[in-house]
Amino acid sequence: MELFFNQILAGISTGAIYACMALAVVMIYQAIDHLNFAQGEMAMFSTFISWQLMQWGVPYWGAFVLTLGLSFLGGIAIERLLFKPLAKAPILTNVAGFIALYAIVNSVAGLIWDFTIKQYPTPFGSHPFLGSQLISTHQAGMIGVTILLLIGLYFFFQFTRMGLAMRAAASLPESARLVGINTSWMIALGWGMAAAIGSIAGMMIAPVVFLEPNMMLGVLIYGFAAAVLGGLTSPFGAVVGGFLVGIFENLVGTYIPGVGNELKLPIALALIITVLVIKPAGLFGRPIVKRV
Amino acid sequence: MSAIQEVVTEAPAVEAVPKRAMTLGAGTSLVMLAVLLLVPLLVKNFIIFQLTMLLIYGLAVLALNILTGGSGQFSLGQSAFYAVGAYTSAILMEHAGINYALTLPVAGVICFVFGFLFGLPALRLSGVYLALATFALATAMPQLLKLGYFEYWTGGVQGLVVTKPDAPFGLPMSQDMWLYYFTLVVTIAIYICSVNLLRSRSGRAFMAIRDNEIAASAMGIDVSLYKTLAFGVSAGITGVAGGLGAIAVQFVAPDSYTITLAISLFLGMVVGGVGWLPGSIVGSAFIIFVPNIAEGISKGLSGAVFGVLLFLVIFLVPHGARQVAIVAQQLIGKLRKN
Repeated sequence: MELFFNQILAGISTGAIYACMALAVVMIYQAIDHLNFAQGEMAMFSTFISWQLMQWGVPYWGAFVLTLGLSFLGGIAIERLLFKPLAKAPILTNVAGFIALYAIVNSVAGLIWDFTIKQYPTPFGSHPFLGSQLISTHQAGMIGVTILLLIGLYFFFQFTRMGLAMRAAASLPESARLVGINTSWMIALGWGMAAAIGSIAGMMIAPVVFLEPNMMLGVLIYGFAAAVLGGLTSPFGAVVGGFLVGIFENLVGTYIPGVGNELKLPIALALIITVLVIKPAGLFGRPIVKRV
Repeated sequence: MSAIQEVVTEAPAVEAVPKRAMTLGAGTSLVMLAVLLLVPLLVKNFIIFQLTMLLIYGLAVLALNILTGGSGQFSLGQSAFYAVGAYTSAILMEHAGINYALTLPVAGVICFVFGFLFGLPALRLSGVYLALATFALATAMPQLLKLGYFEYWTGGVQGLVVTKPDAPFGLPMSQDMWLYYFTLVVTIAIYICSVNLLRSRSGRAFMAIRDNEIAASAMGIDVSLYKTLAFGVSAGITGVAGGLGAIAVQFVAPDSYTITLAISLFLGMVVGGVGWLPGSIVGSAFIIFVPNIAEGISKGLSGAVFGVLLFLVIFLVPHGARQVAIVAQQLIGKLRKN
C-alpha cells in the first residue's frame, strides 16, 4: 500500500508540471485556436536562461523571477513579430509557423549551451518531506509552486478587469472588440502568460529530467495529453488533466510489467488517441457544434 | 452538459489548389526526366547517393502532399510511416533473405494498413487535433522501435545493417548508380500513379473534402472512407520511400526516424508548394542540401536555418515553389510577347 501512495504522490508532483504545460498550451489555444508545438521548447529556453543567470551568480529566486519576466516579454515578442501576421492564414501555415519556431528554439539553445546534459539546482533540496519517505521536498515544492500559481491565475482571471477582458477576448472576440477591449493585445498577453507559465514548468522539472535542449519533448507530449484529456477549451480541465495524467503515468509504470521509462512516450500517444476517439471534447471541454 | 452552439466560419485548412495546377506541362516534364536520367553518368558516387536520397525524400514529400494538398489533412507523423517502411524492408532482407525489390511492395502494403488503421481515429479529428495525434506518433516511434520485445527483429538501439544490392544481369554499373536508376523507376511509377489518383474520382473526392467537408458529404462522398483512404495511401507511399531509404543508407536505427525527420518532410512540402506534386522534388532538394550548407556555417545550426527559412517561405512565398514557378512562367510569357 505504501508503494501505491508513494506512486500517487509522485504522480501528483509530475502531474503538477504537466498541468502547467497543459495550461500554457490551452491559454494559447483559447486565444488563437492553434496548438503551440513550440511550447515545450520555449519553456526549455527559459530554463536555460535561468540556469545562465545562476551561473552568473544570481541567487535562485532572483533568477526565477527574472526568468519569469523575460519569458513573459519573450512570449509577447514572438506573438507580435511572428504570429500576429499569421492570424488570418490557413491552419497549415500556422502549424508550419509553430514547427519553424520549434526548430529554431531547439537549435539555438543547442548552439548557445550545447547538447551536454547539465545539472539543475532545486531550491527545495531533495530530502524526505516532513520526515515521510513518501515524497521528497522537491516534489512537494513542485506541487506547492503549481498550486500557488493556479490560485494566482484563478484570482487574476476571476477578479481583475484585465483577466475579465482576456476571457472576453478569448470567448467572443467580436463582442469584446465592441465593448472596447483591445483583443489583439489580449492575445499577446495570453502568449506572454503562457510563456511564463511554461518557464515555471521548465524550471521545476529541470532538476528531475536534467537540463538539455530536448528535455521538454516528453513533458510537452504529456502536457498535450493532459490538455486533450481535460478538454482544450477548458483551463480548469487542463489542470485536472495534468494531475490525472501524472498519476496515470506513474501507476502504469509501476504496476504493469514491462512498461518502464522506455514506453513513456507511447503511453502518452495511446492516451491522446484514446481520449480523442472516445471523448474528443475532453472531460471538461465543451463540444463545438458546427452550424452549416 | 450544455453544448454551446458556435458559428464556426472555419477557413479551409489548406488553400484550394485547382486540379490542373498540380502537375507540370509535358515539355518541362521531359526536360526534368532527361536531366534525372543523364546526371548520374557525369558525377561521382557520393553525389549519386545524394541524388538517390533526393528521389527518396521526394517520394516521402509527395506522399505528404497527397494527404495535405489533396485531402486537406495534416500529418506531422510521416517519420513514423517512413520508419515502419524502412524496418519492414530491412527485416525482410536481413532476416528472411527476400530480394530487396520485393520488400518494397510489402513495406508499402504494411504502411498502408498501418496508416489506414491510424487514420481511423483520425476520422474524428481535424486540423489541430490531427496534427497533435500525428506529432505524438512521430515522437513515440523511436521508443517503440527500441522496445526490448522486438529486439531480435529490430536490433534494438543498435539497429540493423542492410546489404547494398549489386546491379543485376552483370550490368557494368556501380551499386550506387544501379540503386539510383532503380529508385528513379520506382519514383516515376509512383509519381504517375499519384497524378492519376488525384485526377480520378477518388482524387476529386479528396479535393472536395479538402475544400468543404460538409458540402462534400452532402454530395454523397463517404467522407470518413476517403479521409482514411488518403491517410493510407500517403502512409503506403511513405513506406515505400522508407524501404528505399533503408536500402540506400544500408542502415536502420530508431534514432534516424525522430520528429526531426517528420519536420523535415513537412518543411519540404511547404517549400515545394502544398498540393503541387512536382514541388515535392524541390522541397526534397531543399531538405537535403540546405542542412549541409547550414552545417558548413556552424554545426548544430541546421535547425535554426530550417526554421528561419520556413518562416521566410510562409511570409514571402506562401505557395512555395509553385508560386515561383508561376511567376517564372508569366515572365517567360511576357518575354515571348515582346
